[in-house]
Amino acid sequence: MTARQVLQQADIARALTRISHEILESNRGSSDLVLLGIPTRGVILAKRIAAILDSIEPGAGTVGSLDVTMYRDDLAKNPTRAPGPTEIPAGGIDGKTVILVDDVLYSGRTIRAALDALSDLGRPRAVRLAALVDRGHRELPIRADFVGKNLPTAAGERINVRLLEIDPVEEVTIE
Amino acid sequence: MRHLLSTKDLTRDAAIALLDTAEDMADVADREVKKLPTLRGKTVVNLFFEDSTRTRVSFEVAAKRLSADVITFSAKGSSVSKGESLKDTAQTLAAMGADAVVIRHSASGAPRVLADSGWIDAGIVNAGDGTHEHPTQALLDAFTIRKRLHGAASRGRDLDGVTVTIVGDILHSRVARSNLWLLTALGAHVNFVAPATLLPVSTEGWPVELSYDLDEAVDAGPDVIMMLRIQGERMNAAFFPNAREYSRQWGLDDERVARLPAASIVMHPGPMNRGLEISAGAADSPRSAVLEQVANGVSTRMAVLYHLLSGAVEL
Amino acid sequence: MSTMRVTGATLPDGSGVDLFVENGVFVPTAPKGSTRIIDASGLIALPGLVDLHTHLREPGFEHSETVLSGGRAAAIGGFTAVFAMANTMPVQDTAGVVEQVQSLGERHGYVTVRPIGAVTAGLAGEQLSEIGAMATSRAQVRVFSDDGLCVSDALLMRRALEYVKTFGGVVAQHSQEPRLTIGAQMNEGALSSELGLTGWPAVAEESIIARDVLLAEHVGARLHVCHISTAGSVDVIRWAKARGIKVTAEVTPHHLLLTEDLAASYDSRFKVNPPLRRDEDVLMLREALADGTIDIVATDHAPHPVEAKDCAWGEAANGMVGLESALSVVQTAVVDTGLIGWSDVARVLSSKPAEIGLLDGYATPFTPGSPANFTLYDPTASREFGVGDLRGKSANSPYLGRTLPGRVITTVHNGYPTVIDGELLDSAIVAESAEAHRG
Repeated sequence: MTARQVLQQADIARALTRISHEILESNRGSSDLVLLGIPTRGVILAKRIAAILDSIEPGAGTVGSLDVTMYRDDLAKNPTRAPGPTEIPAGGIDGKTVILVDDVLYSGRTIRAALDALSDLGRPRAVRLAALVDRGHRELPIRADFVGKNLPTAAGERINVRLLEIDPVEEVTIE
Repeated sequence: MRHLLSTKDLTRDAAIALLDTAEDMADVADREVKKLPTLRGKTVVNLFFEDSTRTRVSFEVAAKRLSADVITFSAKGSSVSKGESLKDTAQTLAAMGADAVVIRHSASGAPRVLADSGWIDAGIVNAGDGTHEHPTQALLDAFTIRKRLHGAASRGRDLDGVTVTIVGDILHSRVARSNLWLLTALGAHVNFVAPATLLPVSTEGWPVELSYDLDEAVDAGPDVIMMLRIQGERMNAAFFPNAREYSRQWGLDDERVARLPAASIVMHPGPMNRGLEISAGAADSPRSAVLEQVANGVSTRMAVLYHLLSGAVEL
Repeated sequence: MSTMRVTGATLPDGSGVDLFVENGVFVPTAPKGSTRIIDASGLIALPGLVDLHTHLREPGFEHSETVLSGGRAAAIGGFTAVFAMANTMPVQDTAGVVEQVQSLGERHGYVTVRPIGAVTAGLAGEQLSEIGAMATSRAQVRVFSDDGLCVSDALLMRRALEYVKTFGGVVAQHSQEPRLTIGAQMNEGALSSELGLTGWPAVAEESIIARDVLLAEHVGARLHVCHISTAGSVDVIRWAKARGIKVTAEVTPHHLLLTEDLAASYDSRFKVNPPLRRDEDVLMLREALADGTIDIVATDHAPHPVEAKDCAWGEAANGMVGLESALSVVQTAVVDTGLIGWSDVARVLSSKPAEIGLLDGYATPFTPGSPANFTLYDPTASREFGVGDLRGKSANSPYLGRTLPGRVITTVHNGYPTVIDGELLDSAIVAESAEAHRG
C-alpha cells in the first residue's frame, strides 16, 4: 500500500500555530500553563508549541514530557517496550493547567494512561489535550480540546507523523 | 527477556536497556506516589531457600512498586530444603499461578534447573545461586558506577574504559562472577585481587587480570574498588590464617583508601564486616557508594521485573 | 538341557564360524537332536562381557535396582557376569551378606553375580572387614573395595593390600583423596569456577593412585584402580607398570566419551564420581586403553531413583547407569575411531576383567569345553538411545537422546539364552534355565 501525504511541513506549522492561539484563548492567557508531550513525537510537538507560545507571550509555555509506558493496558500484548523519560518542569503540575500533547489521537488508550500517570504526579487544576491529528476510532470517552487536523480513516490504515527533529522529512502520511 | 539466570547471557545492548529502565524506575522513587500500575494482576513469588533479608526485601519492594502481588516463600529451615523439594515447590507455585519466581538457593544452578525443568512456566530471576551468580547485584553495581560517573546523563551510556578492581573471596563469590561478565560486556576492565587460596584455580579464558597485591592495585588508581565480604567459615577451612592477617593484607583500611584517587568509588555488596575487609572510615568515606547500592537495588530489580513480565512471551 | 547352534557368526578376530553349545559349554560338533538355531550372519560373536564394577543396590536400595533388574540390564548389554559393589545396606562386609547376593544372582540367572566385599567394616574406613570370612564363604569373594569411598588412611590401605594377598584377592581402590574433594561437584578448572561448582581436582585422584602403587610395590600385593579419569592417572599407572608393580586399571565408558562441558547445563544426569573431565583427559584415556596401560572397561553402573536426580546439581546423587549402553559407547569411543579392534574389546570387556576378578571360564572363549557365555552384536545398527533401551529400574543414563551405534541381539549365559532377537527372555524362563544348569 502506498502512502499518501495529507499534511506538508507548512500545514503542520500552521496547525501548531493555530493550536497555540487556541490554547491561549481558552486559558485566558499563559499563566500556569504546563505542556507535557507524550514520547516520542508528542514531546517534539510540545516543545514547538511552547516556542510559539513564548513568541506570543514571553515566559509562557513551560514544557516537559510524560512517559506513559508503565501505565499502558496493552503491555502483555506486545514485545517489551523501553520506557521513555518523564520530565516534569521544576514548578510541578499542582494547580496548573496541563496540556497533554500527542501526535495522533486514536483509541484514546494512550491518553487514558497519561491521565493515570498524571494523577500519580500531582493534582493539576485542569487537563487539556492537544493532538496534531485526530483519526477517530475512539475506544474510550476521550476527546481532544485542540486538534490540528481531523482525518477520517479506516481501521486498517496507518498514520505516520514525521518531524524534522528526528526524521529525514516533515509530513503526515496515510497508508 | 524470558529469565534472568546469569549476566553471561546479557549483551551490551540488553544490559544498557535494563540500566536505562532502572533510571526511569529510580525517578519513580523520588515521587510522592512511589508506585506504578505496570504489573497489576501479576504474581511474583520470592522463593528463598537461603536467608537474605536485604535481597528479599529489595525484590519485595521492587515488585510492590510495580503493583505486582508478592508472595514470599522462605523455605529455609522448613521441611523444604533438600532434594525433590525444589520440584515440589516449583509445581506448587505453578499451580498458584506465579508469573515470575525470584529464587535464592544455596545450590549453584538451581535457577537454571527450575527454568529448564518444565515444572513451572514462570519467568525465573536468579537472586543468588550458590557460588555461581547474582545477576541483579551486578546490575545494581553497574547502575551505581554509571550513575556516579555520568550522573543525570547516564542513559544510553556503557562503562567503556572504566577500571574495576574486585577484592576478596573471589572463589566463593557469585557477586564477583556476575560483575565480571556484566562489567566487561559494558566495556569495563576488571581486576581480581585476593590471596591465591581465594582465587579460582583456573580462570582460563576469563576476561580478567589477577593479582595478589592490594597495595599495588590501590596505587594503580582504579575507578572502582569493590570489596567482597569475608565469611567466617573460610578461616576455619584454612583459606587464610586469621582475620588480622587478612585485614592487614587485603582489607581496605583508612590508609589505603586515602591513597585512592579522589574520584574512585568504593563499593561493597553488603553486609559489611567493618574492620575486616573494609574499615569504618572507608565504608563511610565520600568515596563510598554502599548506600547508593542499596537504594539502586530496588530500581534495578524493578527494571528486571518489568522486562521479565511486561512484554508478550518471547524467545 | 538346551542345545544350540549359532550359524555364520564372526569371531572378534574376524574369522567366521558356526558355534555349537551343549550342557552349558561349547562343543566341537553339532549336537544331536532338536537344537535351537540362531542365525548370526552379520553379527559379531563376543565372549560374554564381564563387568568388574556394578552397583546392584540390593540389599537395601531396591527402589534403585535389584539383583534381578540389574541382571536384566546387564544381559541386554551383552554381559554374562557382573561384580556387585559392596556399598549395599547392610554393607557387603560379612559372609552372610555376600552369600545372599551371590544366591540371588544364581536364582535369577541372567548373569553370574560375583559379590565384591568391603575392605573396611561398614565402609567406615576404620578397621578391616571380615575379609577372610568372605573369601572362604560360599561366595568366595576375591575382589574387595570400599568403592564410593576411598580407603584413604595409608596404614589401613597397606594392611588391606597385605591381608587380601593372604586370600589371593585384590583391592579395588576408589582413588579420591577425601580432604581435597570436600563438597566436590565436578572437575576442577575454569568451568567449575564459572559454574560455581566446587572442584574435584585431578590431583585428588592421582595422588592416591601414586601412593597406592608404591604401597603395592612395597608389600608385593596386587592393586586394582577403579575408574581412572585423568591423563595424570594414566601417567602414574604407566610408570608403575614399567616399574613392574602389580597394578591394573579400569576406565568407564562415560569417561571415554563424555566431557565436563555437559555440566554447564546443570543437568544432574551428568553428575558422576569421579567427574567427567576435559577433552584431553578423554583422549589420553582412549589411548591408554588402546596401548594396554588401562586394562579394562568397567561400567560403574550406578542406578538412582528419579528424586535423586530431579533437583539442583549440588543436591543430586553421583552416578549413571551404564550396563545397557556400555558396548555401544565403547564402540563409538574407541572402535569406530580406529583405536582398538573387536579382539581388544573382547579382552578389555571380558577376559581381562575376569582375570583380575579371578572369575573362571573366560580365559579361552569359544573353545570346546569352555562355558558358553557369549553375546551376538550388530555393530552396524544405530539408534537414538532412549528410556526404552534401559532395562534396569533407574533411568539416570547420560546418553538419553544421543545416537549410539550397535545393538546386542543375543546374549547366552552358561549355554542358555537371556536375550533373543534383541529382547530379554522372561525372567521365569531364565530362572528355570539357570536352575536346570545348576542341576
